[in-house]
Amino acid sequence: MDLELILSMANATLRLATPLLLAALAGLYSERSGIFDIGLEGKMLAAAFAAAATAAVTGSAWLGLFAGVAVSIMTTMVQGFASITLKGNQMIAGVAVTMLAAGLTTFLGQTWFGQGGRTPQLSGDARFERIILPYANELSGVPIVGPIYAWVLSGHYILVYIAFLAVPATAFVLYRTRFGLRLRAVGENPKAVDTAGISVTFQRYQAIFITGILAGLSGAYFSIAQGAGFGNEMTAGKGYVALAALIFSKWRPVPVMFTCLLFGFLDALQIRMQSTELPLIGEVPVQAIQALPYVLTVVLLAGFIGRAVGPKAGGVPYVKER
Amino acid sequence: MSIHTTFKGLAALTGAAALTTLMAGTALAAPAVIYDLGGKFDKSFNEAAYNGAVAWSEENGEDFLEFELQNDAQREQALRRFASQGAQPIVMAGFAWEAALTAVAPEFPDTNFVVIDTVVDAPNVRSVMFDEHTGSALVGALAATASETGTIAFVGGMDVPLIRRFHCGYAYGARAIDPEISVIETYTGTTPAAWDDPVTAGELTTAAIDEGADVIFAAAGGSGIGVLQTAADAGVYSIGVDSNQNYMHPGSVLTSMIKRVDLVVQESFTDAADDATFEPGRVDLGLSEDSVGYALDEFNESEISEEMIAAAEDLKAQIIAGEVEIHDFYTDNACPLD
Repeated sequence: MDLELILSMANATLRLATPLLLAALAGLYSERSGIFDIGLEGKMLAAAFAAAATAAVTGSAWLGLFAGVAVSIMTTMVQGFASITLKGNQMIAGVAVTMLAAGLTTFLGQTWFGQGGRTPQLSGDARFERIILPYANELSGVPIVGPIYAWVLSGHYILVYIAFLAVPATAFVLYRTRFGLRLRAVGENPKAVDTAGISVTFQRYQAIFITGILAGLSGAYFSIAQGAGFGNEMTAGKGYVALAALIFSKWRPVPVMFTCLLFGFLDALQIRMQSTELPLIGEVPVQAIQALPYVLTVVLLAGFIGRAVGPKAGGVPYVKER
Repeated sequence: MSIHTTFKGLAALTGAAALTTLMAGTALAAPAVIYDLGGKFDKSFNEAAYNGAVAWSEENGEDFLEFELQNDAQREQALRRFASQGAQPIVMAGFAWEAALTAVAPEFPDTNFVVIDTVVDAPNVRSVMFDEHTGSALVGALAATASETGTIAFVGGMDVPLIRRFHCGYAYGARAIDPEISVIETYTGTTPAAWDDPVTAGELTTAAIDEGADVIFAAAGGSGIGVLQTAADAGVYSIGVDSNQNYMHPGSVLTSMIKRVDLVVQESFTDAADDATFEPGRVDLGLSEDSVGYALDEFNESEISEEMIAAAEDLKAQIIAGEVEIHDFYTDNACPLD
């Protein structure tokens, strides 16, 4: 393994970890407030479609991003209405949202664009450009730091930077603000929060509003940054992987980032190890390499993280009086 | 345009035998085409089949029946439904039809079936096979002449012998021009979802470009869109597949390995509809029939020089004459490159 390959893998790791990270942070807000969110996948898919469709029609990536986030928030609110106000089963609400998104995106895509559920390919301003950080070229000659800055950190889509900035922001909000304290409290002991005169319902709606924003960013990343247009089921189960990452890191923002980076790294490794001869083993079959991220996930989940205990009030609709 | 019919389920199948006798041989029977996984509008293999059907429809002013598979389990059901409706002929595009068609063809002896990319031995089935390896060899030769880094790449869809056959031909063709050239080989996945996963295909392309590849051949159905896009973003060449994809990113798509699935569908709709002209059995289409080859049009003429065309045509003549052997992956399920 030479340096160039390592740098290119580090770059790919950041790129592949981004949608997972945004989605996992989205799930974190929701689950910390006591709403289990199995509908992340659906929100991401709906957002990916809305972003690509809007960008295709208006020719603006920013309008696409805005539409993606708006649709994700709307979807989240529908799910929230069912599971907070109507006190329905959170799992069922989440599954319903995912199934609805899978069907509706294809149907609307076919109706509007007539390409079998795909949106037209996006180009130019309809898609985010990679951002070259200032002085990236000039600094690339500096030993060690230079190449890392120029080849790993620079040259990503804006959503990548937003995702990694959202980690310290989330940690701050969660642990250093009154809002964060209340958010964690409604997830652990909503009765106590209610007794203190704070509305559990309102607090939970606020939390899932943020979930909607982040899930929307994650979905839009697929269709107007990493990809150039929407394709059926394009989120490909990443919402569930993000959920696994969230549990894996015990619902804490910084560990969530490292877990997502690990998953991103395994993905990047899987892609680069195809048709590579390994010492001693020789060429590994593609199937074995593609299974690697999942095998490692199972091994790590089963063996290394210990018990993952979620927020105590998670999954239970809050009822004031019986 | 096309007629979309709804699934009537198993209940309708009980009347299948009666319907067949009623409708078989009638001039009213419409032809049917079934697209494979990856989607009708994959801009590649399935879209070629669709375009052929549309061309037939415009030519004859008649409608055709069509169905887009959503999963493998629908194959037999879709065949039986069309056959019992009296569709004549039924054309299937895809290598995965063997089992389903072997089961269904004897049940409808009066229906003519045409299957593309696989062989089913039955008196009412015509199997059309393309020489993907020789067609791929020509684009491999073009890739080798266009490459400046001496490294080219291949991004396949689902890892199956058919796609490995593309790879092997591509590598042999490139080696015929430049024996030292290195060919990176990758596949999007091992399940049918690999035909419609442009994001993963794009990542594979990025990885190949990072390793120095400057021409990337996508033989990946709908996933190929991601390969072409990534190559265009990175300013390197890509090669499309099955349909002519040169128009998608002019200046970046070097050429396309075309496979005239459209012509097969269009011709089958006419000659397989009538028992007098229908010829069952295996048909092989290759370079000499111009059924596979490279695409040259106004979108890539500036990228392909006279010398490159000469090199490709030279290789084509040598392959047809048997002077250059392009290894066929199907013969031994291996691609001995060294």
